[in-house]
Amino acid sequence: MDFPTFLIQLLNSVQYGLLLFMLAAGLTLIFGIMGVVNLAHGSFYMLGAYLAYAIAGLSGSLTVAILGGTALAVLFGLVLERLLFRFFYQRDHLDQVLLTFGLIYIFEEMRSLLWGDDVHGVKIPELLRFSIPLTENLSYPVYRLFIAGLCIALAIGLYLLINNTRLGMKIRAGAFNRDMAEALGVNIRRIHAVVFALGVGLAAFAGIIAAPISSVYPNMGSQVLIMCFVVVVIGGIGSVRGALISALLVGLVDTFGKVLLPQISGMLVYMLMAAVLLWKPEGLFKS
Amino acid sequence: MTSRRLVLTRSAALIAAASSGLLLPGLSSAQGNKIRVGLMLPYTGTFAQLGVAIENGFRLAIDEQGGKLGGRDIEYFKVDDESDPPKGVENANKLVLRDKVDVLVGTVHSGVQMGIQKVARDTGVLSIIPNAGVLAATGALCAPNVFRASFSNSQPTRALGAPMVARGHKKAVWITWKYAAGDEAFLGFKEGFLKAGGTIVKEISVPFPNVEFQAQLTEIAALNPDAVACFFAGGGAVKFMKDYAAAGLKGKIPLYGSGFLTEGVIEAAGAAADGVITTMHYADGLDNPRNKAFRLAYAKNFKLQPDVYAVQGYDSGQLLIAGANAVKGDLSNKKALYAAMENANIDSPRGKWKMSRQHNPIQDIYLRQVVNGENKVLSVAAKQLDDSGVGCKMG
Amino acid sequence: MSAPRSNLEVLPRGVQMVLWLGLLALLVFPFVGTEFYTQMVTRMMIMAIFAMSLDLLQGVTGLVSLGHAAYFGLAGYALAFLTPQTETISLWWSLPLSVLASGAAALVIGFFVVRTHGIYFIMVTMAFAQMVYFVFFDNRALGGSDGLYIYFKPTAQIGGFTLFDLDSRVTMYYFTLALVMLVYVFLRRLLWSPFGRALAGIRVNEHRMRAMGFGTFGYKLSAFTLAGALAGLGGFLWGVQTEYINPELMGFHMSAHAIMMVILGGMGNFAGAIVGAFTFEYVLHVFKDLPYVGEVHLGKHWQLWMGSFIVLVVAFAPRGVLGIVQMLTAGRAKEAKSDV
Repeated sequence: MDFPTFLIQLLNSVQYGLLLFMLAAGLTLIFGIMGVVNLAHGSFYMLGAYLAYAIAGLSGSLTVAILGGTALAVLFGLVLERLLFRFFYQRDHLDQVLLTFGLIYIFEEMRSLLWGDDVHGVKIPELLRFSIPLTENLSYPVYRLFIAGLCIALAIGLYLLINNTRLGMKIRAGAFNRDMAEALGVNIRRIHAVVFALGVGLAAFAGIIAAPISSVYPNMGSQVLIMCFVVVVIGGIGSVRGALISALLVGLVDTFGKVLLPQISGMLVYMLMAAVLLWKPEGLFKS
Repeated sequence: MTSRRLVLTRSAALIAAASSGLLLPGLSSAQGNKIRVGLMLPYTGTFAQLGVAIENGFRLAIDEQGGKLGGRDIEYFKVDDESDPPKGVENANKLVLRDKVDVLVGTVHSGVQMGIQKVARDTGVLSIIPNAGVLAATGALCAPNVFRASFSNSQPTRALGAPMVARGHKKAVWITWKYAAGDEAFLGFKEGFLKAGGTIVKEISVPFPNVEFQAQLTEIAALNPDAVACFFAGGGAVKFMKDYAAAGLKGKIPLYGSGFLTEGVIEAAGAAADGVITTMHYADGLDNPRNKAFRLAYAKNFKLQPDVYAVQGYDSGQLLIAGANAVKGDLSNKKALYAAMENANIDSPRGKWKMSRQHNPIQDIYLRQVVNGENKVLSVAAKQLDDSGVGCKMG
Repeated sequence: MSAPRSNLEVLPRGVQMVLWLGLLALLVFPFVGTEFYTQMVTRMMIMAIFAMSLDLLQGVTGLVSLGHAAYFGLAGYALAFLTPQTETISLWWSLPLSVLASGAAALVIGFFVVRTHGIYFIMVTMAFAQMVYFVFFDNRALGGSDGLYIYFKPTAQIGGFTLFDLDSRVTMYYFTLALVMLVYVFLRRLLWSPFGRALAGIRVNEHRMRAMGFGTFGYKLSAFTLAGALAGLGGFLWGVQTEYINPELMGFHMSAHAIMMVILGGMGNFAGAIVGAFTFEYVLHVFKDLPYVGEVHLGKHWQLWMGSFIVLVVAFAPRGVLGIVQMLTAGRAKEAKSDV
């Protein structure tokens, strides 16, 4: 591999890693910080993608889809939390596992009823529909750079939210010791509702943003789900910084693995996770 | 004491009710004179679209001939195989053992097909494959009662090599997913391309079902071949074409593929699909009267545009009709039935085809290019192409 | 994390009676069921063995493994590799060998995995299972993504005399039933043995167990290995029955289904695992077979019914189906007492 190619692969790694972080951000919140095992995370991502297809199709604009879709997803998250998840915070993790398994089935079927089983595409906005030439043969799509930028902004925003705001403080307090936080006057119910809805919204947001480059099809959530859990766990549950670094690490291993070790590239990410957890049994950044 | 009796009786009632659910269907067998047709297709999951198209095509063929097989009425039985290989044997048994179907039409996914193949070989039930291209089905595991009305995984790509070389593209990179269908497609491509004088610069495999292609696209750009040949389908095909175009490779390194790259996904891929050249045994725009009539009838009946999967379903129906008519509906007359199906001249929307010795279609493979959102036929890439049929010990 | 569950370890009278009735039904079933359903119930029993093996890990020891299917599938593959294309092999050594293969894999993987805890344990078990899955999926020599056939069922002969023939569905049924009962009795005995009590103690509070001087690593590893071997027994039987092994048998979905069955049935007493396996498969079968209502094919939307069923059970029956049975049968007993 010559040096320019190496640099481009590095760029690929970082961009993919940032994308993974964005996909995993919602899970970091709900699972990492609230401690709720949410296997329906992939379904929320799929919801976002299909919303992008539906809204962009109707309005002709991805921006409308981003704003409208995210808003709808947050609303959906609030309703879901109110009606269902709220009763499961104190329940065993396994009950949450079972619950979200059941939800996956339901969401898959709802998707099929609402939008059918075809493969769909979403157009990249006119403004971003060009590529920057890097070498004689290869160009880099600007939309991907745009996504990468959004991810960085998201990472910073999330980090600031959790660590530097009053809301973040309350969230962390509630996650650390729910009863004590409540005794100190924090409205835990509302916090949980907000965080959950935010988590769902983030997952859907990721789905909407990624839809133009990933296309929209049945079962698209399940592949993303495993990756997201891997990223969150390697980074250490509850740590936004950990999730970002682990996402970048996974991006690196996956990208260079595909090129240098294609025979085992499918397994590499799992080997990475196993290696990290055996070295640091609670992830890279214990929170 | 009262409580124990109550518990016993209630529990017994509960278990009896549950078990009867497992017995009832046994009562419904032994119908009159109807032919039982079992459809084992994916009705949910990634390939649901294909399952529906196949069934539509199949029913259209049957209905066009009066809705009967050899003069007998038909009773349909459907099973959703979910494209789940571990359940393949069980689902096939549901149709063969429980519903006692006379013919099993299925399926899409090759892993599931392996399960059906096992049941077909063990029970001898007439089995028609409307899609799954696993080579072994008409290769090492072939059987007199198994017929394929679609293609074998190496067929479409075997015809890809010669047109590429003819266009001056002699050094190619091949890329596909690392699974059986990808491996088998590569077998066909390698054979055809090398025979035509081409050289394969590199064979790139992507872990299945991974769709992050940036790393591989960068590698392709660095290798700078004359062309890229690939096999992808469904959502992955859309993403590959889009990523290929976005990486600026589209104009510089021509993209070729097995026809599934552009089947049913052109709309989703948009401009990224323009100009992509593929080979397959069918094309929407095929200019023959049978295809025109078929497309009209399909659109009228189902308010959808047909694709290759619908054609394969349609031809499965035609094949069954040919066999059933020859034995006047008596499907137990296996010798005559199989002979009729082996010798049938299928007048298909894809052109005329016949069964090979191993029960796979010998068919024309077309060279197509995406023009104006449609697969336009450029020429016939290979006439009456057989499949390799390696390992089949029949006939 | 969350509070450890209090499991239903001692089975109340009412539940026991229901279970005996169930056993009776199973014993009689082949005489009234058709060939297809005999085979289907056999498969349910195989899944019951798989579920029981996971219950040992999950319900008793508190270790949730999202990669348990790897050991299930490995035994199936062992059988596939052992069975030649042209002749049969004996049950007497193929069964132990396959089970041993799974157990050995569980021992090796367990050695690495058991040092992690909680959600990390879940993820590492999944990671290793995925690695095993990819080894088989990616290699044509090992069957690849299309899997392998098992050309002959193992024979059960002693000195040329055939004891029983597994090609007969009814024989296969009773063979599997015998193994289910054997495994159940073995595990129930284990549950109340010092070893089993130690495992339960680890589930409730591992630190305390360590403080009391128990080498928890060894106990957990033993449980993991034993559970893997028993899962292998299930996988072996699956291979014998379907004669087709596919990498998906070791996949994520299979592991997930096992977890669901165990939770659905009620954890920690092995009876729940059996009930869970049967309930899960049966309900799935019923939903998929729903008839047409007018134009709408209810069976096509089985995912909706199945998902709703799971959500309802987890919402209203925290101890699973067995918990429901317990509530129903206990209520009656209490009423009767007041009559007297």
